[in-house]
Parts: sequence; structure tokens; C-alpha cells
Amino acid sequence: MADKLRTQQQLEQLQSRYVGTGHADTTKHEWTSNIHRDSYASYIGHPPLLAYMSVGMGECKERVRAGMIEKMIQPVGKPPEVQD
Amino acid sequence: MAATSSMFMYSLTIQPPSAVTQAILGQFAGTKEQQIVTASGSRLTIHRPDPSQGKISTILSQDVFGIIRTLAAFRLAGSNKDYIIIGSDSGRITIIEYVPSQNRFNRIHLETFGKSGIRRVIPGQYLAVDPKGRACLIASVEKNKLVYVLNRNAQAELTISSPLEAHKPQTLVFALVGLDVGYENPVFAALEVDYTECDQDSTGQAYEDLEKLLVYYELDLGLNHVVRKWSDPVDRTATMLFQVPGGADGPSGVLVCGLDNITYRHSNQDPFRVAIPRRRGATENPERKRYIIAGVMHKMRGAFFFLLQSEDGDMFKITLEMVDDDAGQSTPEVKRLKIKYFDTVPIASNLCILKSGFLFVASETGNHHFYQFEKLGDDDEETEFDSDSFPPDPTEPYTPVYFHPRAAENVNLVESIDSMNPQMDCRIANLTEEDAPQIYSICGTGARSSFRTLKHGLEVNDIVGSELPGGPTAVWTTKITRADEYDAYIVLSFKGETLVLSIGETVEEVTDTGFLSSAPTLAVQQLGEDALIQVHPHGIRHIRADRRVNEWPTPQHRYIVAATTNERQVAVALSSGEIVYFEMDTDGSLAEYDEKREMSASVSCLSLGEVPEGRTRSQFLAIGCADSTVRILSLDPESTLENKSVQALTSEPSALSIMAMADSTSGGSTLYLHIGLHSGVYLRTVLDEVTGELSDTRTRFLGPKPAKLFRVSVKGQPAVLALSSRSWLGYSDPQTKGFMLTPLDYNALEYASNFSSEQCVEGMVGIEKNNLRIFSIDKLGNNLLQQSIPLTYTPRKFVRHPDQPLFYTIESDNNTLSPSTKQRLLNDTTLVNGDAAVLPPEDFGYPRAQGHWASCINIVDPITAKAVLQRIDLEENEAAVSLAAVSFSSQDDETFLVIGTGKDIVVAPRSFSAGFIYVYRFLEDGKELEFIHKTKVEQPPQALLGFQGRLLAGIGNELRIYDLGLKQLLRKCQAQVVPNLVVGLQTQGSRIIVSDVQESVVYVVYKYQENLLIPFVDDVVARWTTSTTMVDYETVAGGDKFGNIWLLRCPQKASEEADEDGSGAHLIHERQYLQGAPNRLALLAHFFPQDVPTSIQKTQLVAGGRDVLLWTGLQGTLGIFVPFVSREDVDFFQTLEQHLRTEDAPLAGRDHLIYRGYYVPVKGMIDGDLCERYALLPNDKKQMIAAELDRSVREIERKISDMRTRVAY
Repeated sequence: MADKLRTQQQLEQLQSRYVGTGHADTTKHEWTSNIHRDSYASYIGHPPLLAYMSVGMGECKERVRAGMIEKMIQPVGKPPEVQD
Repeated sequence: MAATSSMFMYSLTIQPPSAVTQAILGQFAGTKEQQIVTASGSRLTIHRPDPSQGKISTILSQDVFGIIRTLAAFRLAGSNKDYIIIGSDSGRITIIEYVPSQNRFNRIHLETFGKSGIRRVIPGQYLAVDPKGRACLIASVEKNKLVYVLNRNAQAELTISSPLEAHKPQTLVFALVGLDVGYENPVFAALEVDYTECDQDSTGQAYEDLEKLLVYYELDLGLNHVVRKWSDPVDRTATMLFQVPGGADGPSGVLVCGLDNITYRHSNQDPFRVAIPRRRGATENPERKRYIIAGVMHKMRGAFFFLLQSEDGDMFKITLEMVDDDAGQSTPEVKRLKIKYFDTVPIASNLCILKSGFLFVASETGNHHFYQFEKLGDDDEETEFDSDSFPPDPTEPYTPVYFHPRAAENVNLVESIDSMNPQMDCRIANLTEEDAPQIYSICGTGARSSFRTLKHGLEVNDIVGSELPGGPTAVWTTKITRADEYDAYIVLSFKGETLVLSIGETVEEVTDTGFLSSAPTLAVQQLGEDALIQVHPHGIRHIRADRRVNEWPTPQHRYIVAATTNERQVAVALSSGEIVYFEMDTDGSLAEYDEKREMSASVSCLSLGEVPEGRTRSQFLAIGCADSTVRILSLDPESTLENKSVQALTSEPSALSIMAMADSTSGGSTLYLHIGLHSGVYLRTVLDEVTGELSDTRTRFLGPKPAKLFRVSVKGQPAVLALSSRSWLGYSDPQTKGFMLTPLDYNALEYASNFSSEQCVEGMVGIEKNNLRIFSIDKLGNNLLQQSIPLTYTPRKFVRHPDQPLFYTIESDNNTLSPSTKQRLLNDTTLVNGDAAVLPPEDFGYPRAQGHWASCINIVDPITAKAVLQRIDLEENEAAVSLAAVSFSSQDDETFLVIGTGKDIVVAPRSFSAGFIYVYRFLEDGKELEFIHKTKVEQPPQALLGFQGRLLAGIGNELRIYDLGLKQLLRKCQAQVVPNLVVGLQTQGSRIIVSDVQESVVYVVYKYQENLLIPFVDDVVARWTTSTTMVDYETVAGGDKFGNIWLLRCPQKASEEADEDGSGAHLIHERQYLQGAPNRLALLAHFFPQDVPTSIQKTQLVAGGRDVLLWTGLQGTLGIFVPFVSREDVDFFQTLEQHLRTEDAPLAGRDHLIYRGYYVPVKGMIDGDLCERYALLPNDKKQMIAAELDRSVREIERKISDMRTRVAY
């Protein structure tokens, strides 16, 4: 039992430190949101990738950057209704 | 450890990226002078702006082998030197300083805070420093913020604290800036959005009501703790923050920039808001709102202002007006915010205002600009808008304001710094019939895009050229006395006479100089204090200051064949093979050495070195003999003309020169013997100053003509001018001190000499056929010359005419009005006065409109006309996406230009209304295009290629073969070969390499008999392919969007089976392997060069060099991969790389091996850029590594430089 408790605590610690660490009840929406947020953060963070996208979209880099952070708020739409 | 591979390549950068990620300004050298530090890709560069000349020069550029994301400069109170903080992908915060005395960056602190790599919650995206240099905050896009306290210890050294956390989970940061609070506790301001509630609320209401907060984080220096001090909702669209001066200089606070508005905010002040003026004009949409995308605050003598740039490039000047108290003194209370149009400059990633009155614009695309301020827009006629007319609440409506953009009034462009960012495509071709090919590249965006020709060479500044009677064979310049600053005479030798010209206001012939004019000349020298020497075939003329002439005649029946002189010594070789040596006496007369030395073979050239400072003679005489040897004789009084050493050569030497030059190995100056051979080969060997031994020979081929060598001086450094079929300059690189040999961008010369006059202090004089030319070389830093031809829109791809030196580019711009729509708007008669003015798009950009495309085809002639010959605009909102020159066998192999277009394209998520394939016929040798027909296809064809006399097109995920019909293209064959979207095609024989946008490459074989396209091998890794090339029949090299370059090879057996006759049915029915093709590709090599590869090709870069893979990067990088021939070399470089990783660890703290294996571990690659840093190590480290490798330092440096010079520049 103590083992189980410790595992639980460790998991909670991981979840608080590393955003996106899943748990047994991770929903599809949570998971995809997390993936998309990670992706957007990566696009913004790699300067050549951001430049590549800004050339493709015909917008300046700053707008593309701001737009992507904006999309990180709700990357895959509204969360589904919780059914109990 | 790098995985072993059957193949190894050596990666080198020929041109580093020119895109600037960030530029910062500061006094990094610790003097009053300001420098600019820029980050481009993984390179950190420090530039010195020269206010007197209005130029920017690079002082130091270093590869940090990590992705630089942010830079910040800070200064400790009371100090006058700025330090640099680097936020990179290393998961560490790095503080460095620039050490001007050693010209290098020195790392002071390196503190680890998280995982390496660029991740959502690892700080490094944002970096802000307290204006007083007491603390810095480094933050990630989401959640994490770390504050470091910066201080100094008792030894006045910079100290850094352990980090203080200011994390807030599920919070996104849009912008971060340090607040100016004087000497109160440091405060940082952030624009944040908390998405916790949106993630829970399934109705979407929380998302609708979401607020963007301006949050102040205060670092309590007393408690050593960070608190969230204040937060307040601001405009939901806000994206940028700018610091407003505080303390004694201003009210403190921030400017919050959002869509169409700028608000002044501070915790103890009222908000003030102004709208961003919109452009007024016939082609401008009056409803279009703009964002602020860059800006700078400038403080000067108690006043300050902001220059903020909108996404059109328009800069606005923002000022704050303060409330006056009863005494008329301004208080720290803000009264209103004012905005007015300033000028328009290219869209910037960073703006820097220098104290000396210059503006540096680090452009987002295209050349960087350096402007000088003419005025600050104080008293012009521009309308000023103030915050009184706008409600401070961001939700309240207001009447928009407008301005008319106009030509720049306040800033004046003084220098444009070449930048090839973004580089979209590139071809290597030799169109000028020179011995080395040129690089042709399309780069830039919008109206600032260009077609560039790159050529290896040094820029030559031509000063004078004048025609001479007859063909002179040689030229010298000389001073009259040793004390003279400038040269006085130009001496020209003809077949049977000598001509002396005097240098003054004009250059004219003089006859009373004492020179013998009736014979050709072999050498001219200013000797001793005030005498002159002329060596002619029958003697030596010693002309004293009083015009007395002493003549030394040659012995009977002999004449002089070669001569060499310096200011104290003369040596001549006689036709009999004897060497006669003279030295100057104390009384200034020439004394002949008693013994003559007879050489076994006839002598072809001689050289004496310069007399070293404080000595009376040069120690050595080098003699080149017809038996293909060079001998070094001693000139020591004890052992005069004794043999010191001999070197055998591959051909007869044609020129020799003993010269001391800067040397990277010893760090000082080393004596070299430069040898030019009849075969056109140039050698440089080290001449030991004591023993006269020759060692460390380096060879370069100059051209097919015999090489001639001349000692010249460039930028105060001795250099060697080597003439063959081209002119080359050998010099030491200003930064690395390594030896460089670069061709001059100049006519071939036959003879040359140093030249110095009042007008041209450091020049050269040369003979080019019948012309005398005076020229100088002003820049040694850049050995790739660029020529640029402006294009219309963002170039996407280009092809070359199959025979003619012409290129066809397809260009398109998204969200831009097409010329016809623009014309229609301009023709509208309801125009108000002033609206009809059309602004030059190069400066102001094209009028924009959502969903519109402007696209065209341009014919570019880079050789003769150096211009665009014809432009074909595409109508109906179509945009060109692909092109190819295809020869159709049904049309007697006539070549046609085929263009793929898409209608109403939306880039992301991808959509369109139709796709077309246009066919054009070449007219007038390709100078014009004639439209033949267009064919509608389901999707815009992203890839086109000529294939076995027909057209191969990638349409969506299908591969199709078309033949040319009378009315349209005729579909002959099709197959679905890739999962997503065909973006590239390559072919050899009946094999086709198809690249998918997302799923790497697939090898397809075309079976002619069965008319089938059959995929037979694919890849295991999802590579987002951007460009590919076939290295050989089995191997493909390619790059992907994440900045990887890889080599893949098809298994031998699968390759053979695919080409077997009649194997079509067999291939089709072969069992699929894991839902893919029956076979898999094997990875040969993998490397992360950081930049996104946009083109890759197998080519030769120098005459006689081996094939290399040349790739180009989006940010303007040019790089090569050189295959290794021997396993020994691989082992050597692998060990060297290993040592360098530890001895010269990357500056920003990134592990080199992990960096090069960013996504996939490095395989089969040696990083040449790292190996080349060996030359920059301190001597003791060099020695240590050399000892470990069991080689000498010289040997290692030679191996490293050979890897580059054999195949590239």
C-alpha cells in the first residue's frame, strides 16, 4: 500500500513539474490539446521554423508568433461535455 | 558517439545564415562606442558601426553550436561595460562578455535550469533585464519564469544568484519586458492569458470571456522573493510591450500594443490609448487594422520617444506628455499619449537607435538597413493624434485615424547590408565560362525579393585604367628615398626599352631619372637611403642621389636572366647559370661578393626576402631552377651562397617570393616561401628562419598559365598577388589569421606591383594587355561577391533554360492585391486628392488584402542584361506553385516551360478551388514565352518534372504522366504513391524519387511496357521533406522542415529487382511490408545544420575540385558536405572533433553532439565548422590536442584547411 501511495505521489509530482504528463483518465481532448500546445511552442521557439511558416503564410513573423500563442489557448476547440 | 556508417561526410558552412533573430545594442567593449550584437541561427556576431563613414563592419562572429533564441544586454550600476545574456536551447542561462583585446567572447556564467531543447515550459523564449542591471527574468511560453539576481562581489566580478521561481501553471505569456523603476525593487511586466477555465468549460463561454492580463512581477531584493504584485486586464489582442522610462527620466510603466491600438499602462497611472493610424490610399482597405510588430525606445537628455513599426513597415513616433504642476515643471503624471507617422522602413525583427544618430534595421527579410537620422520628425506637417480623442477602455469604439505614407524624410539610408534571407531556391551553374561555377539563388519576400548571383572572389576597386603604346611586359613602382611616404615613379619595361612615369597630380613620362631607357628592365629597387637600382639584361645600374651612375656590366657573352632585390641586397642570375650576389656597403655603394656560385641547371627565378627590422640583410636567397627544384642558399657572411635546402617540384618554377606573413599556428609572423609553377600551380611552404628548411607545403591550382607572384600590401598586411589565367590574392583572414587564397573579381593581369600615392595609399598597379591599371582591395572579410536583380513578388522556385543562360522564376505573394485589381481600384474616379499617388513597392510594400494572391512568372537574364526580360502576371487569383522545363518527345523533343498553379489557395489549413497546368513555348532563344494552353487538374500540382519525353506531375497524393496535346495535356498514367502530398520529384532512368510533404521519400519505378508506376521502397521515419537530390542511382540526399539533412539508400537487391525486365507484375504483387512498400530505405548519414534546407544538389564548386553536396538554407546559409575518401581521415577528424567538444565547449552551453543530433542522432557526419575552430584555440590547447593525435599543430591545421580549400572557398 505504501508503495502505491509513493507511486501516486511521484506521479503527481511529475504532473506538476512536467506539463502534459498524462494520467489514467486522460481524455482525447486533453491529450490532443497538449500535443498541439507543444507543437505551437516548438514552432515559435525555433526561429527558422517560424520564418518558414511566416514566408508561407505571407505574414510577418511577429503576427504568426502572436497568432500561434493565441491558438495555444484552445488549440483543438471546446472541451467535450463531462458526463457523469 | 556518432553511429558508424559506411559513408562519412564533412560538413562545412560556406556562408553563414544572414537572418537576424535578434539584435541588441550596447557598449560591449567597455568604451563609449556602441556595438551591435546579432544572433543569426547559431551564430553570434558583434558589429561595429562606424559613424564617420556610415558603415557597419563585423568584428567577430562565432558559432555557438546551439539555437540562439533571445539576447539581452545589461550593465551593472557604475560600470561602463555591457554584458550579454543568451537564452538558447541549452536549458541554461549564459552570460558572456566581449573581450576586445583578444577579440573573443568570454563566458562568465552558465547556469542550468532545465532540460535542453526548445520546449513549451523550458525558459528561454523570453528574456528581460532590469534597466539597472540588477536582475533578469527568463521565461517560457507557458508557465515557467525564473528570476536571477545579478550582482557583483568584492573583486568587482559579476555574480549570479540561484533562480527564484515565479511560475504560474496554465498561463501563456505573450510578451515580457523589464520595467524601469529606478532603484526601487526590480519589476517585470508580462502579458499573460490563463487558460485553466477554458480547458474546463465545454460551453465555450469561458473562452469568450477570457481576459488578457498585464502582470507585474516584483523581485523583493530584501526578502529575495518574487511576488505577483499587480495585474489588470488589457486589450484582448495585445501582443507587445515596451518599457517606458521611469525613475528620474519618466513616469515608468509600459506601452501595450494590440490590434489597431496602443495603450499606456502603469499601476499608479490612468490608462491612455491611441489608435494606430491606418494608411490612406486608393488601394488600401480603410477597415484594415494593423499590429505593432517591432519598436524601440530611445532616451536622450531627459526626453524620450518611441519608434513603433506596424506590419506595413510604417514607423510611428510615440511621445508622452506630462501634467505640469503650478510652477510649470512637469510631474511624473501622464497627461496624454501622442502618435504620428514618422517614416517607412523595411519590416524589422529589431530596431536599434545608436547614440551617434543612426538607426539599424535588422530586416525580417532581405537586406538589413543602416539609416542616419536627419531629424526626429519634430516640426513637420504630419498630423499628430493624441489620446484625448480615444477612450482608454479597449472595448469602446472610436473613429479610426489615417495618414498618407510618403517618402522618407527623417531617416536617410547610408548602408544596405547584404542578406539572402529567406533563400527559397538555388542552382549552381557555370554560365560565364569561367573556371569555377557561380551560385544563382532567389531570395527575399514581396517587393524586396531578388535574384542573386554569387561568385567566389574579392571585390576590387578600380581606380584608373589607361592605355599604353605597345605591350609592356613588366611594371614596378619605386620611391626615390627611403623616407618617402609615397611612390614617385612607375617604371614600365617593354620588349627593348624602358619607360619611366612620374606619379604626381598627373602621371607623365620623365626622362632625366638616370634610368637606362634603351633596354628592358628586370628589376627596380630603391636602395639604401637615397639610391635607385635598375637591373637590365646587360648590367646593374646604381643611380645615386646626385644622379651619378655606377654601372656593373655583366661578364662577356653573358646576360642577366633573373634578378631579385631588396633595400640592401641584389642577386642576379646569369645566362650561364651563375649567381652573382651584391650587398650594400656602409658608404652606400654596391659590393659584389667575390665568388660566383654556379647552378647545375639554368635559373628561372630568384627571390630575396625583405630585410627584417634591425638586421642588415635577409638571410636567404631562393633560387628556382629549370630542373624543377627550388634551392635555398644562405646569405650569412660566414656561409655565403652555401646550400641550405632543396625542394623538388612537379614543374619548373616560374616565380618565387620569400615573405613573412601572419600565421595562425604560431600566432605571430612566419617566413614563407611562395612558389609559382609553370603549370599554374601555387605552393606555399614554411621557411625555417634559422635552418632554412622548407616544410608544410600547401598547394593550389590557380589556372593554366604560369604563375607569377608579387608582394603587395593590403589593409596594412603583407599579401601575395598571384597571377595566372586569373588574379588571386593570398592574405591572412582578418578574423582567424588563417591563410586565404581568393580570386580577384577583375581582369586577368600579366604583371603587377604595389602602388602607393596620396590619392590611393594602398593600391596596386598592374598590366592588363595594353592597359595600365591601378586598383585597390578594400574589403578582405567577404569572399563571396553578390550581385542582385530585383524581382516582383516572393520567389518560390526557378528553373534554367536547357541551353541558354536564362532563368525562369515563379513568384507569388499571399494577401496581396493583384496588379489588375490594383489598377481597377486606381481607375476608380471617386479618388480624393492625394490618394492616387502610387508608392514604390520596394519601400512601402504592395497593398494587402486578405485572400488575394498576386503572382507572376519572370524571365531573368543574370549575365548580359542583368535584369528581368519579361513578366507574365497570373490572373483570376491564381498563384504559381511549381515549374519545370520539359522536352516532349511527341513534339520532336522541343522543350516547353510548364507551370503549375492553384486558384484561391489558403495555406493553412490547405484549401483551394482548382489547380492548373500551363504550358509555354520558348521564343527568341527563351527570351520570351508564348502561352499555349492550360489544363485544369483537381489540385494545384506541387511538383513537376520532365520524364522520358513526357511530363511527370505530382497532384495531391497522385503521381501522373502527361503528354502534350493540341488543346490540353493528356493524362497517360497515374498512381497513388504517397500518403499525403507530392512536393518534389527527382528522376534517373525509369526510377522516380517522390517526396511527400510529411512522409519522407518513396522510390517509384515506371514500367514502360505495362505503363505502370510502382512504388517499391519507402522510409521508416516521417520526414517533412523540403528538398531532395539523387546522389547516385540508389542514394538520395534531402532536407526537412525541421532543419535536418539526411542521406538514404535503397537496398541493393530491391534496386536491382525493380529494374528487371518484365518485373512489373511481380513488383505489384509483392507483399507489402507493414502497410508500406515492400522494402525500406537505409539511413546513411544524418545531420542537423539548424537552418531549413531549401535546396540541395551535387556539384563542383572549384576548378578541379571533387563533387560535393551543396545545400542552401532558408535563413541564407550555404553549406557543403564533402565525402571522405579514406577511413584514416575519418578517424582523424572524429578524434579531433571529440577533443574540440571538450576543449572548446560551445559558448551557450549546448552539448555539441546533442545539438547536431537534435532530432535524430548524428550519423556519418563530421562537423567541419567545429574542426575549424581548432585554429582559434590558444596555443597550449592546440599543442595538447596535437600531442593526443600524434601529429604536429601545423599538420592538423593543414589537414583542416585542405578539407575546405580542395573543394570550396
